Amino acid sequence: MKKILLYYLRPYYWRMTGGFLIKFIGTIMDLCLPWILAYMIDTVIPGKEKSQIYLWGVLMIICSVFALTFNIIANRMASKVARDTTEQIRHDLFTKITYLSNRQTDGFTKPSLISRLTTDTYHVHQMLGRIQRLGVRAPILVIGGILVTLTLDPVLTLVLISVMPFIVWITFSVSRKSIPLYTDLQQSVDQFVRLIREDMAGIRVIKALSKTDYEKQKFDVINQEVVQKERTAGITMAAVNPCMNLLLNFGLVFVILAGAYRVQMGASEVGKILAFLTYFTIILNAMMNISKMFIIISKAVASANRIVEVIETEEDMQIEPKAETIKKESAYLIFDHVTFSYNKVEPNLSDIYFSLKKGETLGIIGATGSGKSTIAQLLMRFYDPDQGTIYIEGEDIRTIPFSVLRKKFGVVFQNDTMFEDSILENIRLGRDLSFQEVQRSVEYARAKEFVEEEGRGYDNTLSIRGANLSGGQKQRIFIARALAARPNILILDDSSSALDYKTDAFLRKELREHFQTTTTILIAQRISSIMQSDHILVLEEGRMIGYGTHSELMKTCSVYREIRNSQMGKEERISDAV
Amino acid sequence: MQSDTKIHRRNTILRLGTYLLEYKFLLLFALFLTIGSNLLSLVGPMLSGYAIDAIEPGAGQVMWEQVFFYAGWMLVFYIASSVLSYGLAVLMISISRKVVYRMRRDVFHRLMELPVGYFDTHQTGDILSRISYDIDTVNTSLSNDLVQILATFITVIGAFSMMIFISPKLVLIFAFTVPLSIVLTKIITGKTRPLFRLRSRKLGELNGFVEEMISGQKTLKAYHREDYTIEKFDAKNTDAVEAYYRAEYYGSVVGPTVNFINNLSLSLVSVFGALLFLAGQMTVGNISSFILYSRKFSGPINEAANIISELQSALAAAERVFSMIDELPEPADAKAALELADVTGEVALSNVSFGYTKGDPILKNLSLTAEHGKLIAVVGTTGAGKTTLINLLMRFYDVWEGNITVDSKDITKVTRSSLRKAYAMVLQDTWLFQGSIFENIAYGKEDATLEEVIEAAKAAHIHSYITHLPKGYQTILTDEGTNISKGQKQLLTIARAMLLDAHMLILDEATSNVDTRTELQIQRAMRELMKGKTCFVIAHRLSTIQNADNILVVEHGEIVESGTHKELMDSQGVYYQLYRAQFE
Repeated sequence: MKKILLYYLRPYYWRMTGGFLIKFIGTIMDLCLPWILAYMIDTVIPGKEKSQIYLWGVLMIICSVFALTFNIIANRMASKVARDTTEQIRHDLFTKITYLSNRQTDGFTKPSLISRLTTDTYHVHQMLGRIQRLGVRAPILVIGGILVTLTLDPVLTLVLISVMPFIVWITFSVSRKSIPLYTDLQQSVDQFVRLIREDMAGIRVIKALSKTDYEKQKFDVINQEVVQKERTAGITMAAVNPCMNLLLNFGLVFVILAGAYRVQMGASEVGKILAFLTYFTIILNAMMNISKMFIIISKAVASANRIVEVIETEEDMQIEPKAETIKKESAYLIFDHVTFSYNKVEPNLSDIYFSLKKGETLGIIGATGSGKSTIAQLLMRFYDPDQGTIYIEGEDIRTIPFSVLRKKFGVVFQNDTMFEDSILENIRLGRDLSFQEVQRSVEYARAKEFVEEEGRGYDNTLSIRGANLSGGQKQRIFIARALAARPNILILDDSSSALDYKTDAFLRKELREHFQTTTTILIAQRISSIMQSDHILVLEEGRMIGYGTHSELMKTCSVYREIRNSQMGKEERISDAV
Repeated sequence: MQSDTKIHRRNTILRLGTYLLEYKFLLLFALFLTIGSNLLSLVGPMLSGYAIDAIEPGAGQVMWEQVFFYAGWMLVFYIASSVLSYGLAVLMISISRKVVYRMRRDVFHRLMELPVGYFDTHQTGDILSRISYDIDTVNTSLSNDLVQILATFITVIGAFSMMIFISPKLVLIFAFTVPLSIVLTKIITGKTRPLFRLRSRKLGELNGFVEEMISGQKTLKAYHREDYTIEKFDAKNTDAVEAYYRAEYYGSVVGPTVNFINNLSLSLVSVFGALLFLAGQMTVGNISSFILYSRKFSGPINEAANIISELQSALAAAERVFSMIDELPEPADAKAALELADVTGEVALSNVSFGYTKGDPILKNLSLTAEHGKLIAVVGTTGAGKTTLINLLMRFYDVWEGNITVDSKDITKVTRSSLRKAYAMVLQDTWLFQGSIFENIAYGKEDATLEEVIEAAKAAHIHSYITHLPKGYQTILTDEGTNISKGQKQLLTIARAMLLDAHMLILDEATSNVDTRTELQIQRAMRELMKGKTCFVIAHRLSTIQNADNILVVEHGEIVESGTHKELMDSQGVYYQLYRAQFE
């Protein structure tokens, strides 16, 4: 919250001051009216002069017009400040989230990040606007009221003021108590986000298993929890208003008692006490409005803290200074005895080493969960290895700025993402690529026939998650995306699993012919996809159990031989037969 | 058009009303408390008046006994009034929570009943926005503004009758200003209504974008598209805050305007009151109390005008919530739909045509029969309509023409849930939810024991991996589960399917990301499981389907070849070419 006030609102301090001044004048104009009224009743009307009556009447209308104009202007200025501040906060938050490392994203969890960026920023926006709009009149009334009562009878005013510390104490302690409640509430809202995302993604499975009722129950549990927390927070905050009311009224009773004493002593008059009571009502009402603002503020503070928590997260993957001695070797890409673990308990990769020359191809094969994809993740620096170093062109990748590093790659992940956008944009992803380049990559990826088929075309908008494409079509778009910028390093992580053999074979041919200088890493289940690679790495439970060419591995690696035989056994029989 | 939106708006209010009326007794009680606490707050000033009367005699003659007496009663009444108003607040909060709970539930329950196609065209983030932001907005307005409006009505009516009593002539001024403020408010709110709608919608769009981008974060990082995404976000963000601002820009005019009109009527009252006084028709005392009441009259109206923009945004939000509840669910099961029971598993498609968009058929006049216990494989180049076939079998979509039968019962004449339960389905896109591994595997069979789950996991060759995890079957899978590979996820969903006692099995590229050795082992287990069950398999790795009883080769939505592996190889057609391709 402090950050919001000191940092995000700072550029608008002057505008806010201006707005407050205008609002101040508007409020004073508003307050002038009762004063003029009183004057008219007491002095003008008994004077029985028509011109005087008209004059004061017109004056009242003028005041009203000013009040109208100034209030509207001030309201609009306030909304503007709220708009600009929120825009900046959201921008910073989104920027930060985009640049969070994978590990940090996992820590916050995506549902939580989504709700911070949506409901939390919304709460702050609402608060910024309302506080500025409502936050002027009430304090003016309170301070003004107290000043007036001071002129009436300072001693009685002091009696009234003596309850103020209690009010302040109560308000603060209640809101301090309620801020964690609101934080807690927002965490439950995260659960909403999680469940809805989950269910929308898995709706086919849910329906197939007729589990909709079960999911409804799951939702009801969270719903109940959220409502319960909203209720607790609401009820806690609701205590402020009656408490304040009670304390002020107690103050009033003391004022009457003290007044009685002073009248008895001859130090005050009854008229003063009467007038005192009138102003007291004004102060009371204004205080009520202030207490309302505290509810909004407490809610927003909880949200603001959640936002700031993300914004102030330190980047955990720094770009390290260039090492003095750059490893000068002929190899383009080196994994130098790399060990890595996601949970820092059991290693997911241990002691992986290989080196590739420019344009070479590495095939990676191994059982499910053996760490194939993890190699790709480390190479792109989604995570840093625990031991060992990865070099590209002789440079430790930790010394390469992300903008340079990631531009070298073209990649297809196992569960890659399609966006609700045109095919062209899904391939281009905002990169500086000409239409011809995109078109060519589509051709290489063998996607031309269905992209350019009738009624589709490059401008065709894809459904959410690419739902209007088949699995194989999606993979080909992903491959086109990876190839479009002619990357230095191409990573295909099981990206032909949904392709038929013909398409797969054709694709590999295209790669061989048109991407000779591209260093390629192929992760695959099919041995046919990788057998022609310059190097093949066989993984088992994170360890290298074989490294070499196809023919070398056939001799030295029993696991490799086994995989090969299980997949290709029949080929020989067929080729014999043909 | 205009009358349409008018009806629409009235409906929105009515529907909000029906939610509230569920709790009409609580509301009545709230109204009672409101009146009570208002009355009590009137007693305070009266008592203080009496106390002051007791001070009145002046120095040395204050009647202490009475002063203390009234002061004591004041304390009592103030405490009572505070307790009442706290009680009221708690009551209103409780009512609004109940309403909100029901609204959220209605939205989510409807969501679960929508056809699967809905989820392909609606951004998750937008739906989230309805369930969180929109319902929240309705709720804030319900819990805060409703009491205020109730209280307003009571005071306004009371004050108005007092004014008529004092001077009917002066009240004529209000006959001019009250309609004026109503008309002005109507004009302004008429202008701002679309703005508030836009504001809700834009926020929904922003949320949709945010959800999509955060979901695809890895891809965006891989291509270093952070800045590009931020740029796109900025545009949506600007749209959203601008829509918010514009709604407020016009909305915040209402308060000061109504306030102005009230001030105007005050000015008129004092001038005309003075004139009436000059004409001898009114006393100064009358004018002063008339003015007091007219202030009481206009005060709450001002307050109400100030919250009109909140009410409007609540209405706009409620519209979005209701429009979601009004989405058409999957058509109801046919009347007298049968429960599909004791399935033997004979599936037949005859002359089925289907497509997702009109005039663009994916499947054309397709017929096939799967006899009990047979393994039917569907192959073909990607995008030939294989997955569509599954959508039809499971009745996620209904056919355009032709029909599908299970055990010679038309599937449109049986209940959806019994039809779907008859199948076990494993899809290429694995779906796991946040929960323990045990819960994820047992998902389709609620009463599954740990032994059964372990059995299934063993058959799916994922048991040893699970036992290696520190918490074994109780390991919680988190949403993006970084240390579980896609292949392992597939194995878990296979284990889930193995636990079902369905009589038909659908495998859509179920093992595409599993290594081939494991795949072979799973197949052995599956074959055991598939004994006597009708099975549809879609696969690209042709090695996995070689012993199918019938292989259907689909091209452009039509079956171009069918037969066993041997027959198809011998005929040297499309299948033969596909098969050869893997060795090129």
